Amino acid sequence: MLEIRNLHARIVDDGTEIIRGLNLTVKAGEVAAIMGPNGSGKSTLSYILAGREDYEVTEGDILYNGQSILEMDPAERATSGIFLAFQYPMEIPGVATMEFLKVAMNEQRKARGEEPLKIPEFLKRVKEAAASLSMDMAMLKRPLNVGFSGGEKKRAEILQMKLLEPKLCVLDETDSGLDIDALKIVSDGVNALRAPDRAFLVITHYQRLLEHIVPDTVHVLYKGQVIKSGDKSLALDLEANGYAGVIGEAA
Amino acid sequence: MNMHAQPQRTPAETALIDAFGDRLSLLPGDGAVMLKRDDAIETIKHGLPTRRVESWHYTDLRRLLNTVPDFDPAAMAKAIAPIVEGSAVVSILNGKSDAKVPVLEGVTFQRLSEKLIDGSIAPGLDPYGSDDAIGALNTAFVADGYFIDIADGTKLEKPIELQNLQAGGQTHVRLPVRVGAGAKAVIVERQTGDGAALSSSVSQIVLDEGAEVTWLVVQEQPETATHLAQFKAHIGKNAKLTLFVMNAGGKLVRQEIMVRTTGEGADFKLRGINLLAGDTHTDVTMVLDHAVPHTTSTEVIRNVVTGKARGVFQGRINVHQYAQKTNAKMACNTLLLSDDGEFSTKPELEIFADDVICGHGATVTEIDHDHLFYLMARGVDEKSARGLLVKAFVAEVIEELEDEAIVEALEARLDDWFVAHG
Repeated sequence: MLEIRNLHARIVDDGTEIIRGLNLTVKAGEVAAIMGPNGSGKSTLSYILAGREDYEVTEGDILYNGQSILEMDPAERATSGIFLAFQYPMEIPGVATMEFLKVAMNEQRKARGEEPLKIPEFLKRVKEAAASLSMDMAMLKRPLNVGFSGGEKKRAEILQMKLLEPKLCVLDETDSGLDIDALKIVSDGVNALRAPDRAFLVITHYQRLLEHIVPDTVHVLYKGQVIKSGDKSLALDLEANGYAGVIGEAA
Repeated sequence: MNMHAQPQRTPAETALIDAFGDRLSLLPGDGAVMLKRDDAIETIKHGLPTRRVESWHYTDLRRLLNTVPDFDPAAMAKAIAPIVEGSAVVSILNGKSDAKVPVLEGVTFQRLSEKLIDGSIAPGLDPYGSDDAIGALNTAFVADGYFIDIADGTKLEKPIELQNLQAGGQTHVRLPVRVGAGAKAVIVERQTGDGAALSSSVSQIVLDEGAEVTWLVVQEQPETATHLAQFKAHIGKNAKLTLFVMNAGGKLVRQEIMVRTTGEGADFKLRGINLLAGDTHTDVTMVLDHAVPHTTSTEVIRNVVTGKARGVFQGRINVHQYAQKTNAKMACNTLLLSDDGEFSTKPELEIFADDVICGHGATVTEIDHDHLFYLMARGVDEKSARGLLVKAFVAEVIEELEDEAIVEALEARLDDWFVAHG
C-alpha cells in the first residue's frame, strides 16, 4: 500500500536535510510501528506523507497504491485516503467543530463521487463515533480543538479518523499527553478500525502504546533512515535496552 | 496678505453648496432648524476636510469625494425583508420616511420631518466641532428619518429594523432614539440601496438608567455609493450598549462612532467587521469618552481586506480626570489577503485619571499556514479551506453576540458577501 523509496527531504526554510535515504514498505492490513530517538525524523516523515509544504523532497519517491503522491497537495492526499493524526492538533478559533467535520466528510465524499451526507445521517455517525471514544457531544459544539485538553485533542483526531475512514492512517505520537484510561480508549478506537484493506503507520517514542496497538512490524528510524526492522519483539528489546545498541549495530 | 486663502473649491464642494441653495425652500424646519442649517453649510463652505485635519488624516474627504450626485426625487426604493424574521420594520425610502409605522407596545415612532418642522429636534443638530464634516453635511440637508422613543421598562421581544434604502441621488437622514430606564431592545440599522448615491445618516441614541441595547449597523451599499454615517450614544447609569458594525459595501464609507458614558456602571461594547473588496475606501472612526467613574468598554474590530481595498480604524479612548476605575480594552485585527490592499489602524488613549485599566492592540496577518495545512490534511481543498479560515476570523466576533437569531442573520449576510467576493 505504501512504498517509500530512497527518500531524501529537507526543510525548505534552511535547507537542513532531515530524511536521508529512507526505505519503507507497508502492506494493506499491516500495522507498522516507527520508533526512534528524538530528532530522528519521525514527525517529519508524517508531515511529508501528509504533504506539508515546509518540507521538500529532493530525491526518491513515495508510492501509495503504486502511484507517486509527491505532486499531490494535502487535500488531494487526504481525499485519496491518507490521514495524519497530528501530534499537536491545531486550535482553530471560529471554525465550529461540527461544521468542520461536515465539510471534511462531504469534501471527501465529493472527491469520491458520492452525495453529501444528509444532516440526520451525519449527526448519527458523529454521535456514534463520539460515544465510542467517550467524548461529550458538548465538546464538539466548541470551535475546533479550542480549549480542548491534550487528551481531548487526541481523541478528536481519532474521531476524525473514524468518520473519514481513511486507508492509510499515520498516527504521530498519538500516545503523548494521554493518561492510561485515555490511552486505552484511543487504542481501542484505533484497533476497531484495523481492517484488511487499511494500513497504519504508528509513530511513537515508547513501547507503551504498542502494548495496546500491537504492531505487525517495527522499524527503527535514526538520522532519517530506517536502520533496523523487525516484529513486535524489536519494540520490547528497545524498551529494555534503549536505542544505543541498535544504533551501535547500524554504525 | 492672506496666508490661509481657501484653495479653489472642488466640484463636490461646489455641487453641495449649489444644492443647498436649490434645496433650501424644500427642506423642512422651523427658524431654529434653519439657523442650524445655515451654520452647517458655512462649515462646508470652508472646505471639506483634508488629510491635514488630524481626524481625517487617513480619509482625505476633499480628495476622495470627487463627485456628488444631484437629488433625484423620482428615484424609487423598495422596502426589503428584515435580517431577523418577525422584526418591526420602519423604512426610509430614498430619504423619505413612511407615514405607516408598526404598532408596538411601549414604542413611539415619529417621522423626523415633523420634528424638524416643529423645531423640537433643533438642539441635537449641532455638529460636534469644526472638523465634523458628516455632522455638518447632515444638518444642512437632513429632510427626514424617524424619532423613536422606547418607554421605561419596555422589553422588546423582537428587533426593530430601521431601513435606510437609497435608489441613487442624495439622501440625508437622522435617527434619534431614546431608550427609557430599564428598557431592553435590539435595533438593526440597515444601510443599503442600489444607486450611486451620496448618503449621510446620523443615529443618536440615549440610554437611560439600566437600559440594555444591542444596535447592529449593517452597511451593504453598492460599490458606487458614498456613505457617510455617524452613530452617537450617551450611556446612562448601569446601562449597557453593544454596538455591532458590519461594513460590507460602499465605494467611500466613513462610519463615525461617538460614545460617552454618562452614568456609573455604564458598559459599552463595540464589535466591528469590515469586509473590504474592490477599489474602495472604508473608515471606521471611534471616539469614546469615559466621562464618569466605574465604566467599562471593550472594542474588537476585525477586517478582511481583498483587492485594492483600503481600510481605516481610528479608535480614540478619552478617560476623563474623574473617571477612576475605568476599564477599557481595544483590539483591531486585520487579515490582509491581497498585495494591493491596505489597512491603517490608529489607536489613541488619552488618560487623565490615575486609577484605570486601559489597553489596545493591533495586528495585521495573513492566513495561518498551519491552520490551512490542518484543514487541507482533512481533505478540504485549498480554496474552501481559505474561505473557512477567513470566515472564521470574522465569525468569531459575530458569535460573541450570543442571541441565536441575530448570529444566524449576520452569518447569512457574511455568507452573501463571501459568495459575491469569494
